[in-house]
This record gives sequence, structure tokens and C-alpha cells, in this order.
Amino acid sequence: MNVHPIATREASHPASRRHPGDVALSGAEGLRLSGVEIALGGQRLLALDHAVPPGDTLTVMGPSGSGKSTLFAFVAGFLDPAFKAQGKVFLNGRDLTRLAPRRRRLGLLFQDALLFPHMSVGENLLFALSPEIRGRSRRRETAETMLAEVGLDDTFVRDPATLSGGQAARVALARTLLAEPEALLLDEPFSRLDQALRATIRDLVFSRIRERRIPAILVTHDPADAEAAGGDVVDIGDCGRTGQGAPNGEGVR
Amino acid sequence: MTVERNGRSLRPLVPWLVPVLLACPVAVGLVGVVLPAFGYLPALGGDQLSPEPFRQLFAMPGLGVSVLLSLASGLFTTAVSTLGVALFLAAFHGTSGDRLARRLMAPLLAVPHAAAAFGIAFLIAPSGLVFRLLAEPLGLERPPDLLIVGDPFGISLMAGLVAKEMPFLLLVAFAALPQADPERRMRLSASLGYGRMAGFVLTVWPGVYRQIRLPVLAVAAYASGVVDVALILGPSLPPPLAVRLVAWMNDPDLSLRFVASAGALLQLAVTGAVLLLWIAGEHLTGALRRKVAAGGRRFAEDGAARLAASVPVALAGASIFFGLSWLFVWSIAGFWAFPDILPPSAGLSTWSRVLQSAAGPMATTFLVAILSASLALVLVVFMLEARRRQFRAAAGRAVRLSPAVAGLIYLPLIVPQIAFLFGLQVTILSLGLDPSILLLVAVHLVFVAPYVALALADPWFAVDPRYERIAASLGHGAVTTLLRIRLPMLTHAVLTALAIGFATSVGQYLPTLLVGAGRLPTITTEAVALASGGNRRVIGAYALLQTLLPFLAFTLSGTLPRLLWRTRRAMKPA
Repeated sequence: MNVHPIATREASHPASRRHPGDVALSGAEGLRLSGVEIALGGQRLLALDHAVPPGDTLTVMGPSGSGKSTLFAFVAGFLDPAFKAQGKVFLNGRDLTRLAPRRRRLGLLFQDALLFPHMSVGENLLFALSPEIRGRSRRRETAETMLAEVGLDDTFVRDPATLSGGQAARVALARTLLAEPEALLLDEPFSRLDQALRATIRDLVFSRIRERRIPAILVTHDPADAEAAGGDVVDIGDCGRTGQGAPNGEGVR
Repeated sequence: MTVERNGRSLRPLVPWLVPVLLACPVAVGLVGVVLPAFGYLPALGGDQLSPEPFRQLFAMPGLGVSVLLSLASGLFTTAVSTLGVALFLAAFHGTSGDRLARRLMAPLLAVPHAAAAFGIAFLIAPSGLVFRLLAEPLGLERPPDLLIVGDPFGISLMAGLVAKEMPFLLLVAFAALPQADPERRMRLSASLGYGRMAGFVLTVWPGVYRQIRLPVLAVAAYASGVVDVALILGPSLPPPLAVRLVAWMNDPDLSLRFVASAGALLQLAVTGAVLLLWIAGEHLTGALRRKVAAGGRRFAEDGAARLAASVPVALAGASIFFGLSWLFVWSIAGFWAFPDILPPSAGLSTWSRVLQSAAGPMATTFLVAILSASLALVLVVFMLEARRRQFRAAAGRAVRLSPAVAGLIYLPLIVPQIAFLFGLQVTILSLGLDPSILLLVAVHLVFVAPYVALALADPWFAVDPRYERIAASLGHGAVTTLLRIRLPMLTHAVLTALAIGFATSVGQYLPTLLVGAGRLPTITTEAVALASGGNRRVIGAYALLQTLLPFLAFTLSGTLPRLLWRTRRAMKPA
């Protein structure tokens, strides 16, 4: 597990990094945060320069109230205009920074499953499925296959409100993956699950990420999440709150 | 690949569009009343400014009494309604009485002012239910010779207004309660030894009142300038100011229009005075509350007070309920002599006559109400979405309408209708517009939209923004997300807002009368017009028909979501 305090700004350009099994990694592949700096009211919250190769997960750690969710919002494209952000986000060579959220092709997973309550499990999945897959039965088949992949056969017609927490988390993952995202953004997706379930869902998520070879950013305050993710870890410290001094140069300069 | 960042500098202005649009008629109407008030209305031969209309106005007999009646009905109605709500909540918050009131009061929202007023008139009139019940114990053989309905002090007018406004404010307060954190504050005050009522009034009520202040001020403004209820229950010699203004405005002697315009400005001043006095009263009661709180008396023994506190709300609810029942009994009554509590014979002859003559007005009422409520919904959704989009990621900030926008959207409810409707009518006439359904819809919209906004704003902003972020991340655009995620998730709130808007439009008397110019009768204008006639059977039928439309709207808005989402547990209305 590599820990990179941002202040040291370890050179992290994809070209300069070597991951076992990623020999062919070119500068265009994966998710790259290039010189990202976010400030609120003149106070810098975080600065980050990092590349996430396909199949890898970058873990961003920090207690609640640090800039974690701000970074998440910036990458996903939901940053409140009150924040001033610099730098760029590249995904497989595309510059996402000025793209509308719906054109970024990022999959989001939150603490809560957030299944649309007025749709059945199947309708939730079909809402995510690309319109290019045509025909009622073919669409349904695709969704059923994805449900089977997350271990939830025969739940297509279920009311999401009747699912257990673990089942809902699986459906949320299935919904996200069905849209074929080019990267995943995970906002403490395991924190609401109980201990036993957490490990199972964690394994499921990370195995999907590796298998589909998509880069991911995981925002969490649980060291066990970081360990399971297996990739680089960045700690942005307790510096998110404006008005507080930056503790010994970590995260905020 | 589109860049969706254009027009960012204009974005903060977008939420203002709708309130400004709705405030325009108010502004135009006020200008249109100021000029004739000072003698300028070329169409009627007034081509120079003069104080003559005001001189004539102040020379009108009994003007002082009319002004005092308006002042009193504004202040008294608001004070009694607010006090009744505060006492009821203080005594019963969190008890079964509270749950009962929530159930029983909600349908009362559907009852239009005029129908409620007729019902109460039927109860308290000398030949009404109350005296029929008292006839035997008091030995009455004929209705007592008392002037109860239309008493010169306006007491029955105020009672009628209180009966309708108290349930309304109670429902608004129910909705505001959770934000005032009642459970923990009540527990805290109880642990300090405070009685239930004192604990509520000192710790919870201020937080509730702050949220319901605009509706309270709207009640004050409404009660000080009311026309329809005053025509039914109010005194006639002289009537409150607003009633006299309508009479002058519709007088064949066109020169009285100048006086009416001057009177509209006087009405504006009277309502302004009511609001200022009310705000002064707020400061006074606030100071009193702080003094009591600082004194530390616990008022732990409040059992008797709690019993008494149930009386105002129970009386208001019961009078409307029994009033409506009595309207029904009258509408089917055959010959019905005084001391009999129920008519000896019943039939449908009244209804068969009324249904024929009421069909046209019912259709107009329905059309105007459904159009204005739907249009209001579209405008309000546009406004709320524009506001919400200013807050993209909730950075710990709660999304709500800015106070300035909220104030502007309530403007048509705070300015007395009569003050700007005259000017609007004059403007419409001078533009050569004929009364039409669309014109009526446009004017109703001004009064309907604030209520739709009031009903929809909180649920709209309460939806977890992450649902829409997920929809966007799945590649869906703003319109798809609105239509397939947000609106379906808010089915119940949207339909309730629509029903409230519909009911508001059905109940509009003055705008319909003035803008329709008598050519577009609705069930409301027809029912109020019957007030002077005194045919109780026909009045009963019309008032029930007037209640029927909003009642159906509320019933649909309550049952439709259950039917649509019967297989979705999380979609059950709270």
C-alpha cells in the first residue's frame, strides 16, 4: 500500500509509473487528475495530481468534512459553483473537466443504494441500459444477465423497498455497471452495510472493477476499504474546513 | 459534446422570472387604481388630476364604521385563529387528539370560503340549527327576532372567517412542526419541570410561527379585505369597506368608479395598518414570552387549560362540518317549519332545478380551475428547478427559496385583492380585452400560483439530489430526469399542490366577478349572488356544488398515488 501525502507531490504521471501487469499503459488510458486544486472562499481545500490506471482503484481518505466529497463532486461534475477548481480530469484521453455530467461516462456509487423507489428492480436497470440495445426481450435479457452477475437472479420484478441492504447494494452496482461506465466513483459505498456484508460487497465491487479493467476512485474513511481496494492511497487530512490552519502541510499548502 | 456552462451569469436571475411575472398584474393593477383615484381616467371624462375622488369618498356616510369593521375583522380573525392554533398544538402536540385533528381538518381545506360561510349562517341564524335545538328548552315557537347573521359589529363575519382560517393555519403549522424539532425540545422543557403547554409555547412555538408567518400575514390581509364572506355573514348598514367598494365599482353611475378607486387605496392603507399592527403585536407577544421565560415559572399544572385549549379548534371544525351537513339537509328539505329539527319530508326537486341552471357555471369553474392550477404547476416547477440548479452539490447548504423571492411570490396574497383588481379591470377594459376563459385563467393564476408554490417548495427541495446525479451519470439529460425521476418520485406532492391550486381557483370570488364582468359566471359567483335572495334550499345546493369540485380534487390527489404506486412500498404517502 503506497501512501502519497500530496504535499510531496510525488511524480505520478502515468508514463512514469509502472504497475505489474500494466506494461502497455499509455498516457491516454485510465483516469488522470492533472493539477487539480479546489478552493473555497480563497482557502485551498485540496490539491491532487494522480493517475489511476484501468482496473486500479485510487483511495482518497480523510475524515468527514475534509475535501473528500468535494473532490468526488468535482470529478463527477456536480461541484457547487461556490468552489473554485483548477486542473483537469482526463478519462481515457478525454478531457472531462468541461463536460456535462451525463456525458462523462462515470458510474457513481453512494453510501445508500438510492434505487429509484417508483421503479421495480428491473426498471431501475433498464433505465441505466443504453438505448442502443433494442428490443424488449433483448433489453430484459441483458438486465437479467447483469442481475445474475451480482448474484441476484429472479429479482427483476421486485419492489426495491423489499430488498435487504446487501441486495439493494448489489442492484445499485448492477445498475451502475449496466451503463458501461469508463470509470467508477465510489463515495463510501460500504459504510452503511454491516460488518459481515461489507466484505462480500467490497469484494464484489473490486472484482468487477478489475475484471472490467476500469479505473475507480474510492472516497472513504475506513482503512479496511483502502486495503481491499489495493491501489494507491491519498490522505487529504482534516483540512476541508475553512478557517482551520493546515496541519503540517498535509493536503493543503 | 456540449458545454453546459453558458449563461451562468444570468442563472441567479432565472428563479425571479416567475415571481416577477406574477407580481406584474399586482403592479399594473395598483398603477391602474392610483390614476383614477386622483381623478385621471380619460375614458370616463377624468382628464386631470384632482383630490376630488378622495373628498367624495370621505363624505360617504358611515365610512368610518366601514373602515373600523375592516380593521377589526383583519386583526381579530388573525389573532383568534393564530391563538387557537398555538393553544391547540401546545395542549395536544404528539397526542391522539393531535392525530385526530390532522385527519379531520385536512378535508376542511377543500371547503370554499363561501360554502363555509353559508353553512355557518344556516347554523346560527334565528331559524337555524342552534335555535331549533334550543326551541324546546327555551319554549320558542317562532324564530327569535334577533339580528345574528349580519350583526352590526361583524361578530358573525369574524366567527365565519375564524372557522375557515383556523383549520388552514393549523394544517400549515402541522407541516412546519417537524422543522421546529418538537420532540427533543418538549423532552428538554419537561425535564426542567415545565408543563406541557408552557414548554411548547416557550420552546417550540417560536420556531413554528417563524415558518408560518407568511400564511398568517396572508390571513390578516385576506380578512381585512374580504368580500364574499362579508356578503354572506357581514353587516350591511354599513358593510365593511371592501364590500362597499365592489358596490361602487358596479354602480350604474360611472362617476362612482373614481370614488371606488380612491377607496381601493384606502383599503390598501387599512390592510397595511392591519399588517403593521399585527407586526407590532408580534413584538409585544415576543417580549412577553421572553419575560415569562426569564421568570422561570413552570406552569406544571395545566390540565384545565389543556381542556379549554381544545375548544377553539373543535368549534371551528365542528361548525364547518355541521354547517355543510345542514346545507345538505336544506337542499333536500320539503316544507320545514321552525321548531322541527329535521324536515318532515325530503325530495330532490331543488336539485333537479339547480343542476340545470348550475351546469354551465360548474363547467366554467372546472375549466378555469384545471387550467390555472396546471399552468401554475408548470410555472412553479420551472421556478423551483431554476432555484435548485443554483445549488449543484449540496455543500451543507439547505436549498430553499430566497426570502426575497418567497416574499415576491406571496405579494398577491398580502396586497388586498380589491386594491389591485380594480386597476386591473380598468387596464383590461382600456386594452379592449373581452372577458374570456383565458383572461380569467390568467388572473386566477396570480392567486393560485402562490399556494401551489407554498405546497410544493418543501417536498421539491427535500428530494435527495443524489438520485438525479445517478440519473445524469447514467447518461440521462435534465428533461428525462425531471420526467422520469423527480416528478414520479413526487407524485403525491405534485398532485396535492395541483389540488390546492384547483381549490384556490374554485373559491375565487372577487377576481371572477370583476374580470368576468358578469359574463363568465362560476359556481362561486352564482352562490354568493344567492346570499341576498334567501332561498335556503337553492343556497344549500349551490354551496354543496361549490364544495364538490375541490373535494373531488383532493380525493383524487389522495387516492391516485396509492393506485399508481400500489406495488411500491417506499412511495406510500406519509
